[in-house]
Amino acid sequence: MTVHPVETDRLRRVFGARVALDDVSFAVREGEVFGLLGPNGGGKTTLFRILSTMLAPSGGAARICGHDVERAAPAVRSCLGVVFQSPSLDPHLTVAENLRYGGNLYGLRGAPLEARMRETTEALRVADRWSERVKTLSGGLQRRVEIAKSLLPRPRLLLMDEPSTGLDPVARVDLWSIIGQLRAESAMTVVLTTHLMDEAARCDRAAILHQGKLMACDTPEALCGMIGADVLTLTGREPDRLAGRLQAEFGWAASVHDGAVRVEVPRAHEQVARIVEAFPGEILAVTAGRPTLEDVFVRLTGERLGEPFLEKAGGRRKRR
Amino acid sequence: MSTVGGSHFWGPVLALWQRDMVRFLRQKNRIIGALGAPLVFWVLIGSGVGPGFRLPGWPADMTYLAYFFPGTVVLILLFTAVFSTISVIEDRREGFLQGVLVAPVAPEAIVLGKLLGGTTLAVGQALLFCLAAPLAGVPLDAAVLARLLPALFVVGFALTGLGFLVAWPLESTQVFPAIMNVLIMPLWLLSGALFPAAADSWMRYAVAVNPVAYGTAAVRRAFYGDGAPLGLVAGYGLALSVSVVFAAVMFALCVWMVRRRRGTV
Repeated sequence: MTVHPVETDRLRRVFGARVALDDVSFAVREGEVFGLLGPNGGGKTTLFRILSTMLAPSGGAARICGHDVERAAPAVRSCLGVVFQSPSLDPHLTVAENLRYGGNLYGLRGAPLEARMRETTEALRVADRWSERVKTLSGGLQRRVEIAKSLLPRPRLLLMDEPSTGLDPVARVDLWSIIGQLRAESAMTVVLTTHLMDEAARCDRAAILHQGKLMACDTPEALCGMIGADVLTLTGREPDRLAGRLQAEFGWAASVHDGAVRVEVPRAHEQVARIVEAFPGEILAVTAGRPTLEDVFVRLTGERLGEPFLEKAGGRRKRR
Repeated sequence: MSTVGGSHFWGPVLALWQRDMVRFLRQKNRIIGALGAPLVFWVLIGSGVGPGFRLPGWPADMTYLAYFFPGTVVLILLFTAVFSTISVIEDRREGFLQGVLVAPVAPEAIVLGKLLGGTTLAVGQALLFCLAAPLAGVPLDAAVLARLLPALFVVGFALTGLGFLVAWPLESTQVFPAIMNVLIMPLWLLSGALFPAAADSWMRYAVAVNPVAYGTAAVRRAFYGDGAPLGLVAGYGLALSVSVVFAAVMFALCVWMVRRRRGTV
């Protein structure tokens, strides 16, 4: 029997009457980069907190490297590196002090610890920042130091909660080059949460979480393959009317999301001219393309992954 | 013993303690905050009450400044201990704490490291103030120090534990002053630090069940010995013993709280 780095079995968590995780079962394979994709409030953070031993499940089970998160929390913590959304660094201390104290918490000390700090900070290109206070570093550099800290104990599994949140575009690219480097150079498994579909698309496999339920779990290619067609997105002056006419005249199932009409059709590029000619003056823009994870999310949930969901789900966002 | 049930112990204790020291030395205004306020209290209240104020049975040569001196030492312990635990709230808000909670560290080690940090700062500040003892006519020799150091350590540890207990569940530092005024200051005011409780008032009972009163008694007896009629709840030995129990109970409650709030053990 293989021991999976992460394995959950009908994992459940409720906060009062609200079900934050609803019978979630999945397994992460050794060495892969695994993404947990979903909107804020979808259950990602709850799942992250349970996997990192910060929160107890209400039902079901979660195992990290074969250890139960509830009954064997110390063993789980020993094989886990955690990168938090808000850095767990002390802003008043220097980079080296933060790394040293971080290492101490995992039982590392002395010359072996210093050697590992040197090695890890060189790999993450922050070796020249040892004596700088963390509060003086940019967000991107702080994230790198944070990752360096979590890598010091050489964990089997690296858990990252929304690692790109709060980073500027350059730092985001940098973060993904680091994840790529980790994937290439070590056997470590990486599990990260994200609400950005392009990040999930970079993972080896991704799970889509929505309202506490696991909607799908597969490689990005296979997930996109669930939609056996291309996707046309149209913006027009009267999206609802446009959708109705598309349905009536072409027989396509059209839906409206945030003022844009969306249809799944085979060979979409060939339809563009037909549509524009059929509804002169009504269409402002047309996009045709291969389905993305965003389209998969819309298909699975009937909602969009983007920001408007946040407003609609305002009451559901509060989490602990 | 370096690990307990798969969790590390002394390494993390030392790391958490060390971090508190470094942070304190980098925030110089905290020294002024914890030492300055009690010093002002002592000088203003002590001088204001003046030589006219005297309770029956007091030694004839004891001024109020001298009487109030050990009470001020306890106030410094209280302020430093409690303020040092505010960092727990900051650590939670800034994120440092979550890194500690997901590390394989025993809850006992988290609490011990944090409490020893606060205790060290509290004892250090109290000792700094004790340098002024001769100025106030308060005795300070080797014998006094031998009684004083254990008392400062135990009381400092217990009060840091009390602060930790208050700070751990709080999400923001904003409610802390309110708790300070409603809970912490009365504990000090009812400890016999400022005045001895009159023998026939209700306050006498409040003082008798107030663990901080035994801390104050231990510190005062450390200076003046067991002979002086100071209107205290207990002699040095009993006062110190009660303070040790107080400290142990605080430690146990803190560990319980960390276990509970961490989610899983």
